[in-house]
Amino acid sequence: MPDHFHAHPEQPDIEDTPFTEHQVMAQALEELLIAKGFFTADAMRKGLEGMSTASPADGARRVGRFGEAAAFEERVLHSVNDTAMELSLHVGQIPIHAVKNTPQVHHVIVCTLCSCYPTALLGGSPDWYKSRAYRSRVVREPRAVLEEFGTHLPADIEVRVHDSTAERRYVVIPMRPEGTEGMTEAELAACVTRDCMIGTALPQVPQP
Amino acid sequence: MIPLRFAVGQRVRVRAVFPPGHIRTPYYTRGCVGIIESLAGIDPNPEHLAYGHLGHPPVPLYRVRFHQPDLWPNYGGNLQDTVVVDIFEHWLEATAHA
Repeated sequence: MPDHFHAHPEQPDIEDTPFTEHQVMAQALEELLIAKGFFTADAMRKGLEGMSTASPADGARRVGRFGEAAAFEERVLHSVNDTAMELSLHVGQIPIHAVKNTPQVHHVIVCTLCSCYPTALLGGSPDWYKSRAYRSRVVREPRAVLEEFGTHLPADIEVRVHDSTAERRYVVIPMRPEGTEGMTEAELAACVTRDCMIGTALPQVPQP
Repeated sequence: MIPLRFAVGQRVRVRAVFPPGHIRTPYYTRGCVGIIESLAGIDPNPEHLAYGHLGHPPVPLYRVRFHQPDLWPNYGGNLQDTVVVDIFEHWLEATAHA
């Protein structure tokens, strides 16, 4: 044995804590639906895999295409779900509504009641998005919260916070930054991060 | 087609009531005045859906835009800042005044 005597804290496995009532119910429901043939275990696994491999890069592809076609932008603002199909992205049935930043209005997304998020488009939400601090503060002092993200907005721009309380999801279309003229769709997409599409950040042009 | 009680641009007040249950109207908007920004859709009623019902009849869902000082009287940012909240029609009442 090497000299390795200090204690390590025990990391519990997930099975070490008792199942909660909701875990038991979810497990039972899953087994029943599979047993009754509503879907197969493989279809369920594929669904879960699809959700966890959705990525902010998918959302960024859509924004990147704006440089290519103004008509595409108009269609995105009309229906994110339909235009996602054009990029071979399947973002589910929950309607996703795009809000577009302008020189006059900067949009930010939150769900104060729980943590609704366009997961099917952007993948899992960041932990801070689900925190009480973000959810309670961004509706009442959005500028202070954005400052903490390093996002400085001019005093004369309107900050418009969207509280997605119902069966609708929101995604922010950032403004195209200066210095991106002539960029390709892929180059534009690389400027757009997840936080840009939540509204807590602005797109950055990579320095050569 | 379900008739709409409110039009885009109309001034509305969120009902200041506090029933128990699965409510999707945030507390901080109750009793506050905003304007109808747009119709978001006509959706099953989540207050019924949450308890195993079908949510029928569906309810118009509006995007209601509030000026920050109307939500938070001591708001410290630009007074033009706004919050847009999706609110179901039965939570709204017409109002002439702020």
